[in-house]
Amino acid sequence: MSKNSITPELQKDMYYHMALARALDDRMWILNRQGRAPVVYSSNGHEAAQVGSAFALNRGEDWIVPYYRDLALVLAYGMTPRQVMLHLLGKAEDPNSGGRQMPAHWGLKERHILTTGSVVATQDIHAAGLALASKVLKDGRVSVAYFGEGSTSQGEFHEALNFAAVHKLPVIFFNENNGYAISVPARKQMAVMDIAARAEGYGMPGVIVDGNDPLKVYEVTKEARERALAGEGPTLIEAKTYRFVPHSSDDDDRAYRSREEVAEWKKRDPLVTFEKHVLDNKILSQEEHQAMQQKIKDLVNDATDYAEQAALPDPDTLGLYVYHQ
Amino acid sequence: MAVMTYLEAIRETLRQELRRDDRIIVYGEDVGVRGGVFRVTEGLQAEFGEERVIDSPLAEAAIIGTAIGAAVNGLRPVPEIQFSDFIFPAINQIVQEAARIRYRSNGAFGVPMVIRAPFGGGVHGALYHSQSVEAFFAHVPGLKVVIPSTPYDAKGLLASAIQDEDPVLYFEHKAAYRSLKGEVPDERYLIPIGKADLKRPGKHVSIITYGLMVSYALKAAEVLDKEGISVEILDLRSIRPLDVEAILETAKKTGKVLMVHEDNLTGGIGGEVSALIAEHALFYLDAPIVRLAGPDVPAMPYSPPLEHAFMVTPEKITEAARKLAKF
Repeated sequence: MSKNSITPELQKDMYYHMALARALDDRMWILNRQGRAPVVYSSNGHEAAQVGSAFALNRGEDWIVPYYRDLALVLAYGMTPRQVMLHLLGKAEDPNSGGRQMPAHWGLKERHILTTGSVVATQDIHAAGLALASKVLKDGRVSVAYFGEGSTSQGEFHEALNFAAVHKLPVIFFNENNGYAISVPARKQMAVMDIAARAEGYGMPGVIVDGNDPLKVYEVTKEARERALAGEGPTLIEAKTYRFVPHSSDDDDRAYRSREEVAEWKKRDPLVTFEKHVLDNKILSQEEHQAMQQKIKDLVNDATDYAEQAALPDPDTLGLYVYHQ
Repeated sequence: MAVMTYLEAIRETLRQELRRDDRIIVYGEDVGVRGGVFRVTEGLQAEFGEERVIDSPLAEAAIIGTAIGAAVNGLRPVPEIQFSDFIFPAINQIVQEAARIRYRSNGAFGVPMVIRAPFGGGVHGALYHSQSVEAFFAHVPGLKVVIPSTPYDAKGLLASAIQDEDPVLYFEHKAAYRSLKGEVPDERYLIPIGKADLKRPGKHVSIITYGLMVSYALKAAEVLDKEGISVEILDLRSIRPLDVEAILETAKKTGKVLMVHEDNLTGGIGGEVSALIAEHALFYLDAPIVRLAGPDVPAMPYSPPLEHAFMVTPEKITEAARKLAKF
């Protein structure tokens, strides 16, 4: 773990959100395997990158534009476990979409999480646009686009970086590079080793960070945010990480990744290593840890029960909100 | 009240709107220093500054995608696509993002923006500077599509589009820019989106059309009037939403409908209008509905005889209406 000035309280809170995300994620898989949830997209393995970056932002005020991998991110940004479960089960009360979107299509206006579609890299441009408004309105907000490395093959990723750099927009492009776009490895996605290398072509800094270390991620994100607020323009951050589970509950990663490779990365599971860090450094006592684990378990149970009992959308609402009303 | 061209009406409306509301920004390729390739935005950057009238990079998806983000975060963007033919790199952002954001967020988010784009042919623009693209967008729930036919409407519809809480595509016919002139009041006024305009009452044939074709239909009506054929003309003004009531009313009144547009025949708005009449006013008809439209070739060719052969002209409209009247 990096030396840092991040307070123990903050580290405790980071760990809590990482552990909450993992526990909620595990529960979602169980619900899927029991036939109670149609599909799951996981943040399992990405928690440090997501939580570390979220904590460097003015959460709820700065805009984030997530992608489907970002469960831990949206939790760190203020979405509740109940809201996540309502979304998973397509319930009327789902604040992301009222049961209209597939799971993991996040969006929560009151926390400044912009709604997202399924076509990858579209959100990069939206983040630039949010930042364009911040520049004109001088509202002091930074916007962050989150995306996987596969999506950097899309033209809109490049258009977004270029637009943002030309106009020196207060935006951060945050890549979670887990090495695979479903089954396609990064070496078949691009002929460069690092996403961050792309930054130079657009005239912005590109930063590589260990995506399994939340404190390092926090630091580089903080720095990028300060640059953005100082009018120095966008930063591209590449957090190198790994997903420990298949792309989705409908995928089988044994078709394209060796078990040895997964096991090797598992040694650096961010939840395990950061847990060790907070316990070894007495940031979290054993008693606090146990209490926290119980709290998480209770929250996950509560979220599951609440969402399962919640009402499904009324078919009569199908035609609502096509236009402003 | 001043007499203005169609182009001047759009420019002066943009100026008036930019003065009225600081949240409005105008941007696109060449709209700033150059004032746009057609000069629609001439002088706006000088008055409102580079932060509100922006020369953007040459990338349509980025122009529309940033407008979406900017709209969500409190601005009222009015992006320009330099030619409607160039809108396709942005179609994912328009159709799957702008149009769906309100629906997919269950009403939480909205995208108030106006996409302006010059369209249409007859100006030697060939395959990629002449297209009519409106039907692609009229198919999409969540979008509104307006096409003004006069300087007066250009102003009132643009002001309405800017005030609208949803994404509006505002198509301007290139051949109308300097050829159409008319009186335009100085003060701000709104023309509701979705209301057709009865341009001319008649008895024998209804021509339903929009955009530049309205002025062509009016010319045809003058000619036919001398032959004793009384033509009614309905200007749709908005092709999504359609003014169904006005369409059915004119169809029922004359019993003979000629649908005219420059866009390709198949899948054009004429098909939708015809279907509405067939569903709701069949027994009022005295003749089959006739569609006069651009032919089903991929786009408008460059060389003058080919281009002319593609175009819907006042003469073609006259001929089609005459034939229908005699049915």
